[in-house]
Amino acid sequence: MTDTTTSQADAITPEFATEAKELISHYPVSKRSASLPLLHLWQNHFGFIDDTGIEWIATQLDLTPVNILELVTFYPWFRREQAGKTVIRVCRTLACALAGSYEVKDKFCQAVGLDPHEEHHGFGCAPPTSADGKFSVEFVECLASCGSAPVALINDDLVENISPTGVSAIVEKYK
Amino acid sequence: MASLLQPPHPKERRIIFGNISKPGYAPDIETYLAHGGYESLKKAITMKPGEIIDMVKAANLRGRGGAGFPAGAKWSFIKYDDGKDHYIVVNADESEPGTFKDRYILHEDPHQLIEGLAIAAFATNVHLSYIYIRCEFPKAAKIVWNAIKEAHAKGFLGKNILGSGFDLDIYVHQGAGAYICGEETSLLESLEGKRPYPRIKPPYFPAVLGLYMKPTIVNNVETICHVKHILAMGPEEYAKMGTPGDGGTRTMCVSGDVVRPGFYELPCGAVTLGELINDICGGLKPGRTLKAVIPGGSSAKVLRAGEVFKLKVKGPDGQMIDKDTPLLDLTMDASTLQAAGTMVGSGGVMIMDDTRDMVWALNNLNQFYAHESCGQCTPCREGSLWMSKVTTRIIDEGARPDDAKNLKNIADNIAGRTICAFGEACAWPTQSFLAKFPDEFEKRVV
Repeated sequence: MTDTTTSQADAITPEFATEAKELISHYPVSKRSASLPLLHLWQNHFGFIDDTGIEWIATQLDLTPVNILELVTFYPWFRREQAGKTVIRVCRTLACALAGSYEVKDKFCQAVGLDPHEEHHGFGCAPPTSADGKFSVEFVECLASCGSAPVALINDDLVENISPTGVSAIVEKYK
Repeated sequence: MASLLQPPHPKERRIIFGNISKPGYAPDIETYLAHGGYESLKKAITMKPGEIIDMVKAANLRGRGGAGFPAGAKWSFIKYDDGKDHYIVVNADESEPGTFKDRYILHEDPHQLIEGLAIAAFATNVHLSYIYIRCEFPKAAKIVWNAIKEAHAKGFLGKNILGSGFDLDIYVHQGAGAYICGEETSLLESLEGKRPYPRIKPPYFPAVLGLYMKPTIVNNVETICHVKHILAMGPEEYAKMGTPGDGGTRTMCVSGDVVRPGFYELPCGAVTLGELINDICGGLKPGRTLKAVIPGGSSAKVLRAGEVFKLKVKGPDGQMIDKDTPLLDLTMDASTLQAAGTMVGSGGVMIMDDTRDMVWALNNLNQFYAHESCGQCTPCREGSLWMSKVTTRIIDEGARPDDAKNLKNIADNIAGRTICAFGEACAWPTQSFLAKFPDEFEKRVV
């Protein structure tokens, strides 16, 4: 599943390594606690986490690679494949569903050229991604903004009170 | 974020949300100081740690995360001078469907949390603390981290805080999209860098064997924020706002089919469900009638419009008598909702009107729990998925005559048979939707 043609670890910069050290220093009692911070750092930097990323993080924390891999396969946030440049996470849970999030998600898929029925396999797979690599769209569980439903997290931005007719204008902003 | 704060209703009392969504109020420390910030911390460091805990106890502050455990009692489990390291971990993993209050505190008033945390740490001899923020709040993590640095620069954190000799470091730790991490022992495993499988209690009560197997307090964001206000106004004043045993204010997050969804900070027990829906939230949408209420986050048992509860009240001669209480007359406090067979939980009130299909609503929640079960305990891992598959099939193909019985059987075999309370959380919706809306399941039998 991982792209093996290039190794992410070969592309580590000194700045990246310094940032990793800084994160590890936040956990003076146990380095292992820095597992999630380093995974976030890696995914934010490279877009996904390949085998060399798992090995590199394990080495920094005096762990074996499986200690890191078992986190990547557990947490829905992490992925082992490249996703779209913009990731659209539409909230699926009750308050948003009552406010029309299923229709909103379909509209997002259509607006970026994805089949709304394409399945997201989870377990580290990237969410369905448009052919040009610009967008991924997925359902996520409650984003804790039920009072302004339906909502989506688009990259780092929370977009609220989304109407199906407003979707294409939202997508335009991220093109 | 859209401001969901309406002009204050006469019954509201804004303590935690006093400054949130106010024009001109920013999350930086200068704004906070201009609004009387860090005065409670200055007071706290002149007090004895035990006095602070006694104040929190006297304030009758209950945890605002869902379980409602008395905060002062939780703190007093930590023995100040036992020679061990202690920790406080703030649960900012807000992910109970229906709940969205902590999001606003973290984004708009982070110093309120940091001040409360510093006071709590001083009272319990804690020198290292983490704020566990769900990664779906990426901006909040940056805002809180920036606030921590500002507080350091002003001497409210770090070494020898305000000359008191007390040291405290706080760090932000981000989750990675798993609801289970809101369970406190799962959160601790996650913070230790392990797969976040909840720990079994006993022996792993956080107060005894918490973070790194040391005595640990895990408190919700809102709970910690209340601490500075308890010190500022005094515990008696604070407790008086609520009901006996449930002091202060509670933020109710209202969503679903009401005219004005949003968050409302109300003295505990100040309003009934009817007042909350009709008076404060502007009632249901035009032409609609009430069908169902989930009063305390998605795990709380659903209530049906028109239900009448027999609640114990004090009669004229002081004896406890049963009183018929219609749904809309239920007081929104911990003990009343418990007596009505549900809970105030995390304060997330979800309203559904007569256009809603209860099997569809239950299926939505079942899919949530099936997705979020951590998989450690078989009854929950398998059962949550079975319940989700059955309700999905009922919607797609119609119900079989024994579906309702089977669903109840599955749910009954999860609750009470798992390591953590997720078992109950995922069983209660199915149990209560079946009990309260049996007709909706029956009419789907083909």
